[in-house]
Amino acid sequence: MFLGKVIGTVWSTRKDEKLIGSKFLIVKELDLENNFKTDFVVAVDSVGAGVGEIVLCATGSSARQTNQTKDKPVDAVIMAIVDKLDVSVKS
Amino acid sequence: MILGKVIGTIWATRKYETLNSYKMQLVQPLNSQQQKIGEPIIAVDTIGAGPGELIFYATSSEAVIAMEVDMAPVDASIVGIVDSIYSEIN
Repeated sequence: MFLGKVIGTVWSTRKDEKLIGSKFLIVKELDLENNFKTDFVVAVDSVGAGVGEIVLCATGSSARQTNQTKDKPVDAVIMAIVDKLDVSVKS
Repeated sequence: MILGKVIGTIWATRKYETLNSYKMQLVQPLNSQQQKIGEPIIAVDTIGAGPGELIFYATSSEAVIAMEVDMAPVDASIVGIVDSIYSEIN
């Protein structure tokens, strides 16, 4: 999974009909010092994340392993909202 | 699988329900000479590795197989703690 911050929302009326009812959030990747990295994803939300929250996203076919995204054309899902991040070993 | 070192931990109370009993660790991928390659990732820990430990993790949807749930949005999970490495070609 990767660490990211929800920076926005995507609304779309004309889309694959399997995606009706899914909430799309824009998640921009963060590094461990909380700085934005360059890439972002449009992810389906499965935990009720809001804009501004720091979240974890799973990508690839694992993203379809939730009730909200099962058998849907989705490759990124928000699956956790981070409370605390502790980097204990200086790598 | 990919070699890595556990460098930290993530706490998240609000998460997908099948992840509730699993710890999530911050892992720095390593090569066979144990040098850093790439960016740290977050992996579910099904083994109980501690910070600083050398581990290896499975990625993509195979990561869920290590967990005792049938469905979980997880694309990396720690599946082994390394005792020692012997590698000829450096």
